Amino acid sequence: MTTQIENSELPQLLQSMADEIHDSLAGKNPLIIGIHSGGVWIAEALVDILDIAFFDAPLGTLNIAYYRDDFTRIGMHPQVKPSDLPFNVDDRHLLLVDDVLQSGRTIRAALNEIFDYGRPASVTLAVLIERNGHELPIHADIIGQSVNLSASQHIKLSNNDGLKLEFTTNGDAE
Amino acid sequence: MNLQIINGRVINPASQLDAQQDIFISDEKIIAIGEQPIGFHADESIDASGLIVCPGLIDMSARLRESGQEHEATIDNETRAAVAGGITSLCVPPDTDPLIDTPAAVELIEERAKKAGRAMVYPIGSLTQKLDGQLLTEMVALKTAGCIGFSNGRRPIENSLVLRRAMEYAAGLDLTIYIHAADPWLQAQGCVHEGAVSARLGLTGIPEAAETIALSRDLLLIEKTGVSAHFHNLSCGKSVELIQSAQEKGLNVTADVSAHHLHLSEHDIGNYDSFSHVIPPLRSIRDRDQLQQGLRDGVISAICSNHKPLDNDAKLGPFAETTAGISGLETLLPLTLKLLDDDEITLQQAIACLTYNPATILGIEGGQLKVGAQADICIIDLNAHYECQPHNFISAGKNSPFSGWLFNNQVTQTLFKGKTVFLKG
Amino acid sequence: MTNNQLTENGHLRHFLTIEGLKRPLLTEIMDHAEQYSSLSHRQVKKVPLLRGKTIVNLFFENSTRTRTTFELAAKRLSADVINLNISTSATSKGESLLDTLHNLESMHCDMFVVRHNQSGAAEFIAQHVAPHISVINAGDGCHAHPTQAMLDMFTIRRHKQHFPDLRVAIIGDILHSRVARSQIHALSTLGVGEIRVIGPKTLLPSDCKTLGVHVYHDMEAGLKDVDVIITLRLQHERMEGALLPSAREYFQCYGLTDDKLSIANPDAIVMHPGPINRGVEIASSVADGPQSVILEQVTHGIAVRMAVMSIALGAQSEIEAQS
Repeated sequence: MTTQIENSELPQLLQSMADEIHDSLAGKNPLIIGIHSGGVWIAEALVDILDIAFFDAPLGTLNIAYYRDDFTRIGMHPQVKPSDLPFNVDDRHLLLVDDVLQSGRTIRAALNEIFDYGRPASVTLAVLIERNGHELPIHADIIGQSVNLSASQHIKLSNNDGLKLEFTTNGDAE
Repeated sequence: MNLQIINGRVINPASQLDAQQDIFISDEKIIAIGEQPIGFHADESIDASGLIVCPGLIDMSARLRESGQEHEATIDNETRAAVAGGITSLCVPPDTDPLIDTPAAVELIEERAKKAGRAMVYPIGSLTQKLDGQLLTEMVALKTAGCIGFSNGRRPIENSLVLRRAMEYAAGLDLTIYIHAADPWLQAQGCVHEGAVSARLGLTGIPEAAETIALSRDLLLIEKTGVSAHFHNLSCGKSVELIQSAQEKGLNVTADVSAHHLHLSEHDIGNYDSFSHVIPPLRSIRDRDQLQQGLRDGVISAICSNHKPLDNDAKLGPFAETTAGISGLETLLPLTLKLLDDDEITLQQAIACLTYNPATILGIEGGQLKVGAQADICIIDLNAHYECQPHNFISAGKNSPFSGWLFNNQVTQTLFKGKTVFLKG
Repeated sequence: MTNNQLTENGHLRHFLTIEGLKRPLLTEIMDHAEQYSSLSHRQVKKVPLLRGKTIVNLFFENSTRTRTTFELAAKRLSADVINLNISTSATSKGESLLDTLHNLESMHCDMFVVRHNQSGAAEFIAQHVAPHISVINAGDGCHAHPTQAMLDMFTIRRHKQHFPDLRVAIIGDILHSRVARSQIHALSTLGVGEIRVIGPKTLLPSDCKTLGVHVYHDMEAGLKDVDVIITLRLQHERMEGALLPSAREYFQCYGLTDDKLSIANPDAIVMHPGPINRGVEIASSVADGPQSVILEQVTHGIAVRMAVMSIALGAQSEIEAQS
């Protein structure tokens, strides 16, 4: 039932995402924001393909730890790098990038955080993988690949020696 | 009414006795030890097989909070606690409210004690009126009323001239004075030993010198006046040295230590444990060891409870705001005998520090088993095994830092004037 | 001694003292503070992390400055804040202190930030509050002021890379200083090479060395080769009288002047927990000089307190999961 993705297909998926981004945002002086950690890696890969000149400023990064909705259930998250948006978001077209879209909660948190920086003109969401399991009315505009997994299956993007997708199966669903 | 206690291991420090003997009691008094008197017929027999039989304990310093602080404790209840701890005689310091500075106050305490009928209660009279360190009390009248000695309680006499006069006056009448050595200025607002723990916890410390400076002054005046003096509740190793050299000089000076100072140090305060808040403060481990050594050497000849029962609220608060004091009647014997575990002292010595030695200092009859003596007797099981649970104390004060300590000795029965006043349930 | 500041899993639940906490925990606080300090550049300077939480500033001793930074920290985390100034004369007995606490507990508060003039008060309160409440010590008597110490560590980290290479000197009234005690614990936990205290003997605790510091009574010797200088506030009531002859003489001996500062390493930073007594513990020219990071300390105070509050309330999730 699973749609597996071979890691060898990643460059091709990223290329098709870049093409789509180009089509929808060219001429709008977009700004790109990756969500820590996987989204930042994907965003970096997209910047490489599209060329930095496509975007109006260096890559912004978001750490949504302080916007999560599970604080009262699991407390503080381990440290990642702080949010860093090296630009003003007011009235700008933003490209928000994440690795995997599942429940939509991360994107909800990211949108809230972005709006604490200012009021963008638009936000386009690009994700490498969109999987089943949505819990919020949030959908990606640009998708590398849609997959259908059982509730016990997880996808994780790693970046030790090149981007790699790992599919794991275990009992505890996140 | 005839009573016999048979098969017990009788320990009587006064005669260095430690042997299995039977004791025969008739009408409040011991009438024979060893051989059963001819014609004696026991109405009641206590089988003390496997148990220690010794004189009822004498506690030289216990605050019973009556009169004045009856909301915290009463003589009736606290003597009940005392006999549960094997104590049949205790001395109360004069800082009750009203103070023990008039014959009427003495009589009130004696009357309450007599009514309770469980233990001898010996009031220690005030050395100065209202304990204010200015004017002498009527010591003769107080002695006649029943005061066993004189003290200014925990209120130091600041004026050395007043102290000198008080000592001279007492010396002339052959009265013993009892002293808590403390320099009021060095002690000031302190609540812990000045040392590593006060530095760490940010609490105002009481330096060792608060005790040793006062002690040195007092010893010089004792030498000058020739009074008999007893120092309560030493807390520092250096104090032991000072007492020792005074004794070697031939001064008539004795000292006691509280049971908790023999076991605890400043480190037991941990994170502001108010149950370890006591004055004089728990000092360094070295001080504690030197106090034990002083006991072994006989420089310190008595161990007392320094019992101070407090209600729960008194210990609830930031450390310095809590009231100092430990409820000690029911742990006096277990803590003293716990010293045997580490071979600090012998059983004979331990019992002596709780019986014969204090009796000698106080100049009272009790503290020994002999024919004709009042039958105040304590029976102890040395093979008990239990955990100290202050909330089960009989004393109104549950304020003890020894909660959870394991003890292996327990009073099984206490007799006062030949009557059982405590029997372990 | 058990550390009742931590949950069973070793997370910070109360923040009462630095003593006994491990280095990773202190680093975690500073790392979070680093993130929070980035918020000050944003249009909206708050995050919704503690939305719905109620934090009570329980001040038994007046301190507008400290209270304000705690209040701001809580508000930037979107918590609701109540400020209560309770004069200690109204609660002279522990009994009524507990009454106050239990009253607040029944209003479903989540955190008490406590300032009290008695050493051990925060510890006492932490021992007696309901399990769902975190206690942050905002200064107890002469004992501890852990958030102040952490903001000082944070400030040092911003300027100096590697704690083990540092020599830090703390100058002044160590005896009565909760700040100094917490700083000493924090510095030694972070592995600082050498901690010195400098002051007249009347203002140093006896057995000061047991705190793990080198003791100096002379600025000349004490400031040599030092990378971080922390001056402490000298309380007015201690200036004249038995502990010190006069404020003037204190400044002469222990006041940080440009001359004395020049004894330390040239890149040494100068810190002070505030408020400053100019011309008593520090000369104006030094306090306002290029080596001073005193105002930075104030700024960092907010981020560090946000870090502590969010970590402690985050640990509450474990407690609730257990109950």
